[in-house]
Amino acid sequence: MSAATIVSLPDQSTATIPKMNFLSKENGLLSWLLTGDHKRIATLYLISITFFFFIGGSLAGLIRLELLTPQTSLMAADTYNKVFTMHGVIMVFLFLVPSVPATIGNFVIPLMVGARDLALPKVNLLSWYLYVIAGIMVIYTMAAGGVDTGWTFTSPLSTHYLNTHVISTGLAIFVAGFSSIFTGLNFIVTIHKMRAPGMTWFRLPLFVCSNYAASILMVLGTPVLAITLVLVVLERTVHIGVFDPAYGGDPILFQHLFWFYSHPAVYIMILPGMGVISEVVSTFSRKRVFGYTAVAFSSVAIAVFGFFVWAHHMFIMGISNYAALVFSLLTMLVAVPSAIKIFNWAFTLYKGSITFETPMLYAFGFMGLFTIGGMTGVFLGSTGTDIHLTETYFIVAHFHFVMVGGMLMAFLSGIHFWWPKWTGRMYPEKISQFAAVVTFIGFNFTFFPQFILGTLGMPRRYAAYPPEFQALNVFSTAGATILGVGYLLPILYLTWSLKYGAIAGNNPWQATGLEWQTQSPPLTENFPEIPIVDHEAYDYEWLESQKQKEVASVG
Amino acid sequence: MSDSTSTANGVIAEVHHEHPSYQRHHFESVDQQFDATNFAMWLFLLTEIMFFGGLFTAYLIMRNWYYPAFVEASHQLNIGWGTANTGVLIVSSFTMAMGVWSAEMRKKGMLILFLSLTWILGVAFLGIKSIEYHEKWVKHHVPGLHWSDSSFLNPASDPEVYKEYHDKPLAPDMAAKAGMYFFLYFAMTGMHALHMIIGISILTFMIFRARAGAYTTGHVTYVENFGLYWHFVDIVWIFLFPLLYLISRH
Repeated sequence: MSAATIVSLPDQSTATIPKMNFLSKENGLLSWLLTGDHKRIATLYLISITFFFFIGGSLAGLIRLELLTPQTSLMAADTYNKVFTMHGVIMVFLFLVPSVPATIGNFVIPLMVGARDLALPKVNLLSWYLYVIAGIMVIYTMAAGGVDTGWTFTSPLSTHYLNTHVISTGLAIFVAGFSSIFTGLNFIVTIHKMRAPGMTWFRLPLFVCSNYAASILMVLGTPVLAITLVLVVLERTVHIGVFDPAYGGDPILFQHLFWFYSHPAVYIMILPGMGVISEVVSTFSRKRVFGYTAVAFSSVAIAVFGFFVWAHHMFIMGISNYAALVFSLLTMLVAVPSAIKIFNWAFTLYKGSITFETPMLYAFGFMGLFTIGGMTGVFLGSTGTDIHLTETYFIVAHFHFVMVGGMLMAFLSGIHFWWPKWTGRMYPEKISQFAAVVTFIGFNFTFFPQFILGTLGMPRRYAAYPPEFQALNVFSTAGATILGVGYLLPILYLTWSLKYGAIAGNNPWQATGLEWQTQSPPLTENFPEIPIVDHEAYDYEWLESQKQKEVASVG
Repeated sequence: MSDSTSTANGVIAEVHHEHPSYQRHHFESVDQQFDATNFAMWLFLLTEIMFFGGLFTAYLIMRNWYYPAFVEASHQLNIGWGTANTGVLIVSSFTMAMGVWSAEMRKKGMLILFLSLTWILGVAFLGIKSIEYHEKWVKHHVPGLHWSDSSFLNPASDPEVYKEYHDKPLAPDMAAKAGMYFFLYFAMTGMHALHMIIGISILTFMIFRARAGAYTTGHVTYVENFGLYWHFVDIVWIFLFPLLYLISRH
């Protein structure tokens, strides 16, 4: 690793955190609980999703411990079902969906477009409260005995055969859904109506474009999930409904309605992560993102195609061969915009002045793991291989490569990247680089063996398995331990840096986004004066000329 | 850095003067505020379309599957009350539109009058709906809670409907599917009624605010956005009425 760095910090002996900033403006619990400031709400979100990530992660640890041995040694099969269901519900609805948009997006989008706040601050706060209510309902569900349908609530399993807490979980997700709708709605309105003068559509940072695309999915997809869950809850309470075949309903209808949201939800989870990677790759290779327009439109293309591929979750569930054919072809189409992104990032790196700060290391992790995750998605999108691989550990490995290897890497990359802006202080560089490498190694140890297990035919969602699969499962559990260390480290050193980190100054990365041209942490009003934008996104020459101007005026 | 803070204070103080009191601090102008909140309302209505869309999809599929049961179950609905309710809602949309107009024209008295008329029509709709729900209860047409297949196994047992449609008796398994129709009927009209109740609650609040003169000072965003919501709820009914009441009336 080269010693070169682009980090430029102010002189530590004289530098101070600005006295007036969004954190120091008001004090007291109420000033936080009733705040309309997008940066404070983002902070509240960050704390809450970290809490739920911790719970979801502990459940994952329990799953891997149970799978260390072929027998059901740690917990009964029933308990295991509940543990993986709660892991899925918490990680999908309470961590991955809000992770980048509601925390990083909430924090930086108004700054990036040059606005004082999101368009609807009260709705933003409401969205956090809904999230908290949903979280409390999920915790209640766990305390009351859990739910064991899997996070997909497959009918008639969820509506007929099980007597666990489907209703409280369903309502929790209903509420969490509205939290996500309000975030998406707020982003779309902000990006349309709140851009600073001169901030045209094609001057927006790509992080904004990808969050815009994800917001479209949130706004159009989530209500369908909401009504589907209402119908499941009604079906359980009045014992008549449209999904359970015992009442004359159609379980395939449930699948269609559920996946109509839950497939786009995958893109809700990954698109904002891709936005982070665009920002990070450009900043740490000192080049404008190659093919800016193509990358921007590929986000929109992913969002649009994302709505027409849901039935690939149902190839073995009794949809017609012709439907399977069409959905398989449409699924292949999604690979195109995803590949556009990966290739364009690679070309951005080409002949760039690359430095390897922590966000960049996570971004490299993202590119490799997301490529593997995406390519295995093409295997699963082909109807023939899907029949062999679906409901095996191949699927588990595939979506963990995209969600954990992709999204979580991007989330951590973004958290490190914007940490100096958020808190005004740097994280410790060496240990965080170490954490990034540990995460990458631990991740591959955990999930790569699962691809092999899947092709060998080990089914998912069972507490016990034939003894010949044990060696690979031990690998996977060992890897999960390393991965756990990789996730604990940032929690520790980021907390440490709140007090002891070096003062970051306005623009430690020499990045071009508007958020870096204001103080860190920013003012409650974001900018002393609304900026007038006269340069393209990622224009490093403009940044140089700005610096020279400053020097000239000081001199 | 301390420099930027002090200029910040100066500029912020400047930003805040001579704006109308209803302009929120983070908007640059009243126009921007109106545009943004109005656009947000349209987006919210889009999510509502998707929300009801799930129910309409379920209805269309089940109607295809259990056509005879859906036809006979639909005959049980009271078209008189349904038509009356459609009329009530359309008139309430008109009074709401007039309310928005009065707010724009800054006519406080007329605004209160039209909002109150809209409120009364909204409550009238719910009143008629509850008469209909009561009728379903009496006839054992509430699936899961108070249900009997007899109107469909033996349509002649219900002379009032029978003399109009001359329905044939359904086989027992098909007759049970009439329950599916009524499940969807209650789910769809219930979800619609819930939106009406939310609307009427907001309307109550608005009438009090209008009396205090809140909407007649040029700031009509709230009234206008609520108007959009009210028209949307009306339009949902415009789709529910033919699909539930009229479609099987030959």
